[in-house]
Amino acid sequence: MLEIKNLHARIADDGTEILRGIDLVVKPGEVHAIMGPNGSGKSTLSYILAGKTDYEVTEGDILYNGESLLELSPDERAAAGLFLAFQYPIEIPGVATMTFLKTALNAQRKARGEGELSTPDFMKRVKDKAAKLQITMDMLKRPLNVGFSGGEKKRSEILQMALLEPSLCVLDETDSGLDIDALKVVSDGVNALRSPERAFVVITHYQRLLDHIVPDVVHVLSKGRIVKTGDKDLALELEKNGYADFVDAAA
Amino acid sequence: MTIEPRALETRAETELTEAWYKERDALPGNEAVAGRRKAAFDAFRQTGLPHRRVEEWKYSDLRNRLKSIAPFAARRDEAGAKSVLAGLDNVYGDVDRHRLVIVDGHFHAGLSDMAALAADGALARPLAEALAEAGEALMDLPAIATKDAAVGLNAIFCADGLELVVPAGVTLSKPVEIVHALGQDAASTAGRVVIRAGEGAEAIVLETFLGGTEGTFSNTLTDIRAADGAKLTVARLQAEAAGTTHVGTAVVTLGAKTAVKVIGAGIGSGFARHQAFVAFTGEHARADLLGITMVRKGQHVDQTLVIDHAVPNCDSRELFKTVVDDGAKGIFQGKIIVRPHAQKTDGQMMTQSLLLSEDAEMALKPELEIFADDVQCAHGATSGEIDEDLLFYLRARGIPEKEARTLLVLAFLAEAVEEIGEEVIVEAFEARIRAWLDQAA
Repeated sequence: MLEIKNLHARIADDGTEILRGIDLVVKPGEVHAIMGPNGSGKSTLSYILAGKTDYEVTEGDILYNGESLLELSPDERAAAGLFLAFQYPIEIPGVATMTFLKTALNAQRKARGEGELSTPDFMKRVKDKAAKLQITMDMLKRPLNVGFSGGEKKRSEILQMALLEPSLCVLDETDSGLDIDALKVVSDGVNALRSPERAFVVITHYQRLLDHIVPDVVHVLSKGRIVKTGDKDLALELEKNGYADFVDAAA
Repeated sequence: MTIEPRALETRAETELTEAWYKERDALPGNEAVAGRRKAAFDAFRQTGLPHRRVEEWKYSDLRNRLKSIAPFAARRDEAGAKSVLAGLDNVYGDVDRHRLVIVDGHFHAGLSDMAALAADGALARPLAEALAEAGEALMDLPAIATKDAAVGLNAIFCADGLELVVPAGVTLSKPVEIVHALGQDAASTAGRVVIRAGEGAEAIVLETFLGGTEGTFSNTLTDIRAADGAKLTVARLQAEAAGTTHVGTAVVTLGAKTAVKVIGAGIGSGFARHQAFVAFTGEHARADLLGITMVRKGQHVDQTLVIDHAVPNCDSRELFKTVVDDGAKGIFQGKIIVRPHAQKTDGQMMTQSLLLSEDAEMALKPELEIFADDVQCAHGATSGEIDEDLLFYLRARGIPEKEARTLLVLAFLAEAVEEIGEEVIVEAFEARIRAWLDQAA
């Protein structure tokens, strides 16, 4: 489903190299966790997958269902089934959450040649999915993410994911800023979306999230490269010993 | 001895002088009105058209803009006026309202809903008739407005317009729309509307400024007088044709315990100056001024305000949003004056602009002149471009770039739109805003 080949990338503004040859293959139905210390390039990888222009790919390719993503705009990638849950979901005053959700869903349907959803159908979908994530109608009436707590913002991201039904979900530190209860709600939301057709790339600092969203494969990212790959026990090992071993190994 | 340097008279100034000698005998009004016109003309001879060295007109050099003055428009017959109207947008569609029609500065009772308005309790009559009868009191304006050059030009040449009276205690059941329509041949106009709301009267007035062509110079004045306890909402939508020069002045006089909201949208015209002079004359009154300006492709649109807190215990709120795209210029000048005895004044002014391209330009000049010591006054001014992070977030959810930009411009304007508070006005303004955005390449 996703195949990253020898990916090198730098910051477009100043040329700082962030990713130095990443190789990764994610198959449908799999959950891959990417762990690593601050500055290892985890968030950069997620932004590059989503198509942020602050970064420049200098070498390598990203294939999604066999086709390169690099030439696609962020909205084309989204319509193709890619979803990034942001580490810091953005507040947009003046855009009502409902309007945003409807615009996004219909834009994707249109891009895929599907008809727009009627308002009643759309409302029903939102209500069903919001209830499962403990998102109230009051929250949906507010401007997008404005005045939401950290936990509410993350739940709002998962609601968007549930509604847009992507085939590849990239979760960028979705656990940051969550208390234990919120972590459970968010994880349950993610687990409910797991299916044989859908894959996840879960980026996190901490093993804690992986107790709830159990990964098939764990990768350690350091200085822009994957330095170790293992099963879910690798995360436990990291929790115990820290990143020091791998960081040194990569140096 | 110093000699005031005076630039050579421009062609347009000469034409205005000639127009005065040609038109003066035909202009309506009793002797006192004629005296007012003459005084205004003498002042014009001294100062000429306003230009960039006149502080209040610094960013909108009317002398430079007006290369030539088209002849003042004559009154059309009813069929002619009707055909002008038929060629223009019906901004308020099928909203149930009393429609009053001014074409090229002349009021057409035959095209207006006179009977329904009268049945609702209000009166309208041509300003020419009112000036002949009521005379100069109709031309009285608060001191902050009288020295303005465009106000002076309107006093000189005003040939007609409308007097609308909502008597004391009357609440109109429907909005009153005043259409300021301009014909397709280049002409100059100086229409004036006087709206007099009696004590405790309530009304919604929708002014629309439409039509015109390259070379049109429309210099309108709307004089809004709210007697004690009156409540007025006046929405002024300027959507004239691209080539016009538009000066639209709103003068607001607030009595005690009044609430007046003036909502202005500047979307059309090639060179537009919208100005508002707001004078508090009675205590415990509140004025709300909202502005939405959208300009592109060489347009120049100016929003200038002067708020005079001349008495204690009044509130004023000003919120002006400007969207500027390629090669256009937006201007905001806002001045709040608080007189020495106007204690407990609360005046808050905010202006924000969104620049959509590299060659978009915005000039912002907020001013506070506070002479009282127990007041709350503040102003804020911001100018920025579309936030790339917001744009990326929307696009990452599958919303194409153009649609995402549209959403963000709407979001920028949302605060001002929400403050409008009247659904009829919100819908009409939103439709205009969306149409403007849809025209984007």
